[in-house]
Amino acid sequence: MSKPEFVYVTYIETTPEKLWEALTVGDFTERYWFGLRISSDWEAGSPYIFTRHGAISLEGNVLVSEPCTRLVYTWIPLSPETKHERISRVTFDLEPRGKVIKLIVTHDHLDEGGETRRDISDGWPMVLASLKSFLETGHALEIDPPCAVTREAAYA
Amino acid sequence: MLCMDLDEVFKALADASRRSLLDRLHASNGQTLNELCGGLAMTRQAVTKHLAILEAANLVTTFRKGREKLHYLNPVPIHQIGERWIRKFERGKLTALSELKRQLEKRDE
Repeated sequence: MSKPEFVYVTYIETTPEKLWEALTVGDFTERYWFGLRISSDWEAGSPYIFTRHGAISLEGNVLVSEPCTRLVYTWIPLSPETKHERISRVTFDLEPRGKVIKLIVTHDHLDEGGETRRDISDGWPMVLASLKSFLETGHALEIDPPCAVTREAAYA
Repeated sequence: MLCMDLDEVFKALADASRRSLLDRLHASNGQTLNELCGGLAMTRQAVTKHLAILEAANLVTTFRKGREKLHYLNPVPIHQIGERWIRKFERGKLTALSELKRQLEKRDE
């Protein structure tokens, strides 16, 4: 087993149910995740897509879906700059800790020195800080999407 | 709870040795304690102590891979600070100021 490239953690004052919804329902992701809407039936093996202004930005397959506990999906960026890169994998682990949920996001199988690796190292900390703010205050952060998000939407 | 979190983050960042450990993780993520100690003028004991403070502030996360404990940079709290203390006070003006500083310093050269 190779080591994951990124491991991010945030503690959010919310319930596992609300956090799960925030991760899996497009109406919510659109509000804190650079305007990206996620959609899937969230069955293991099913596809999912992220769309922005109606165009597909990112797609992948659901590998593990244990509601309120664990979500694993593949991550396939679609821009010409990244499509030769190998398919990477994102894991969300939700661990209740008293009144807060510890959310651990692990991203692995990324190409060394690849565009995706650079893009997501900018993206995840912003998305997770915004998600925390969204669930705790009802307001997402005013974050500008990294150029990768706008670039992929343009090419998809 | 939010304020307490940020107190710990500010305290953790207020130390050059701890900032240098974060820089080392930024350069190469997922290092063991041994790797992090390599080439540093700090004792293993000091590195362990600093890592514990960084972990408590959630600036460093750990991941177990077999017998190894790997350390990862977790910049999520820094983005919260950015939003609370920079964005709010108008990033546009700050950008203008740092550009002015850059121009003035260039003239000194």
